[in-house]
Amino acid sequence: MSRDNILHRVRTALGRSAGQAVADPPPVRIRIPDVDMEQRISNMFAAIEALAGKTHRAASPEDARAFVAAAIEGKSAVASNAPYLAQCGIANLPGVRSGITDREELRGLCAAADVGITSADYALGDTGTLVMISSPHEARLVSLLPPAHIAVVPRGRILTGLDELFTILPNPAEMTSSMVLITGPSRTADIEQILVRGVHGPGQITVVVVG
Amino acid sequence: MSVEFDRNIHNTLADANLQLAIYTATARLKEKRIETVAPGALPDYQELRTQANAVKKHTIENLDYYLEEFERNVEARGGKVVYAKDGTEVADFVLALAKDRGARLIVKGKSMTSEELGLNERLEHNGLEAVETDLGEFIVQLAHVRPYHIVAPALHMTRFDVAELFTKHLHVPNETVIEKQTAIARAVLRRKFLAADIGISGANFLVAGSGAVVLVENEGNIRLTTSAPKIHIAIAGIEKMIPRAQDLATFLKLLGRSGTGQLLTVYTSFLSGPRRAGEIDGPDEFYVVLLDNGRTRLLPDRGKRQSLYCIRCGACLNACPVYRKIGGHSFPWAYSGPIGAIITPQFMGISHEPALPFASSLCGACGEVCPVKIDIPKVLLELRSDVKKAEARDQRNRLEKLAFRAFAWLMTHPRLYEMAGKLAASAAPPDGSGWIRGVPAPMNIGPLRAWLSQRDLPPAPARSFREMWRRR
Repeated sequence: MSRDNILHRVRTALGRSAGQAVADPPPVRIRIPDVDMEQRISNMFAAIEALAGKTHRAASPEDARAFVAAAIEGKSAVASNAPYLAQCGIANLPGVRSGITDREELRGLCAAADVGITSADYALGDTGTLVMISSPHEARLVSLLPPAHIAVVPRGRILTGLDELFTILPNPAEMTSSMVLITGPSRTADIEQILVRGVHGPGQITVVVVG
Repeated sequence: MSVEFDRNIHNTLADANLQLAIYTATARLKEKRIETVAPGALPDYQELRTQANAVKKHTIENLDYYLEEFERNVEARGGKVVYAKDGTEVADFVLALAKDRGARLIVKGKSMTSEELGLNERLEHNGLEAVETDLGEFIVQLAHVRPYHIVAPALHMTRFDVAELFTKHLHVPNETVIEKQTAIARAVLRRKFLAADIGISGANFLVAGSGAVVLVENEGNIRLTTSAPKIHIAIAGIEKMIPRAQDLATFLKLLGRSGTGQLLTVYTSFLSGPRRAGEIDGPDEFYVVLLDNGRTRLLPDRGKRQSLYCIRCGACLNACPVYRKIGGHSFPWAYSGPIGAIITPQFMGISHEPALPFASSLCGACGEVCPVKIDIPKVLLELRSDVKKAEARDQRNRLEKLAFRAFAWLMTHPRLYEMAGKLAASAAPPDGSGWIRGVPAPMNIGPLRAWLSQRDLPPAPARSFREMWRRR
């Protein structure tokens, strides 16, 4: 059997025996910079805009709702089941389908929709990244299949960067089967190094920070 | 040097368009990397490299422990781990699973590991349809060629080549606008994603403490591959292991910057097991195939085992003056450039590819840009030494030995050396062109001709250094 054979080869090569303990790995290298919230937001907006993403600062949930309503006017949209979208009144905007819990139904809707609307569990200031954790509230395909993605994030969820994220979530596998970091619109430069946005994922991304 | 390696190199050097394409693409990737790792942009770049090297060293030195920890954690999340010693075992596993689940269509995310196995051919041979979904990989699959570069598979092709391929294979009108070509691929592949039974990905990292597979990409095709079909299979070399999710804070900062000059790639997926209770979408089955395929062969050597630290960013290809001339297809296997020159002979056995460690000027650029600090030039030298030792054992380098003995003799006899120099200078043409290249046929043969086809000696100076020294 290959399992035992490969493990045996590895141990023999390294001079180790089965079940032998290991010394502690080098300590993890985590450095969380001290960046205040306003600075994080402006860093994040600059990073997203540098990648041709759009940004909007909403003063209140009502403002966020009005912004999203204008952005999806005349279009079809699917919203995730994130409680924050319901709180903002975005999930029940006209033209928005929400509250779907069936995989096949969601897939069909996402494949046909113009816009996918989600919240985000966290966002990273230094890279302009959305952190999407798969759960009953956030499905994987809402931020992936439609050609445009709008994420509405309360300001309290904006972290400085990766180091802070992995401090808060030292092991994301404990809570989800899928954590995805999204940094800008889907892109490729595979033909003649020419940048094209929207290959398989959304070519447009809009991040709305509330508060 | 093998005949094929030699011929591929000469074809590449003779193709002016290809030379320009390689030079431009690698130059751009190189510049973008430099911008994002500069002290102003990433002050702790060197500390991150040191940390990444230390973590990889520790993991490789205790690899059996982390493999077993990874396996336990994947299984605790409802996934399954399969070990495979080579491409046949991987194909057998996929085929058996596909047969059992009645699967016909497989979508694939870009994976160098899968390239090394020739997996698509094996699956197609058995009646399955396996579609590459990364745009560059999709194009090279249609063209039936190997990827040209670790991060830019279709680097050697123009929009016109792509137009021709798409017309021929996808039956679409001739389209040479790159945005529209991308839209065509999106539409074709979207249908495949929604119909696929199985998604096969590679892995950039395996996180032992989480039982997670980490994948980075820009297009979204890997997210679709791992999320849309009901079965996800990740195929990964055993060396992809890191101990903890927190180590990603180090590795992710290095990988995107070194590969394409991005702070982070557009998508980074951290996947652990099939979808959980309550999760709306995601696969029902999750498999990780841990692949040996020659990797355990190079583990015993303490000096060379650092070759397994590689995170496949491609920075060494872009920095390498040899890769930038001879390109990706001159190399005999999936991996090209400096990293290809060290891992190919080690995975396959040194006698298999003895020319590769010599395809380097030993300038050191590869080691300098390596984000995990693999001392590639040192490994190249050790491999050269292995090749020479093997040749000596087989008595294959008698002529070379003789030549070096003659050279040593000349160098230790100053008068003779000076005379030889004068003689050579007097034979040089006065305008300094074609110094030796114009030498008549009997001299211009064999290895000498190969050398001279691309370079020549500079014109001889009026006075030699020794003369100047005497008259100072």
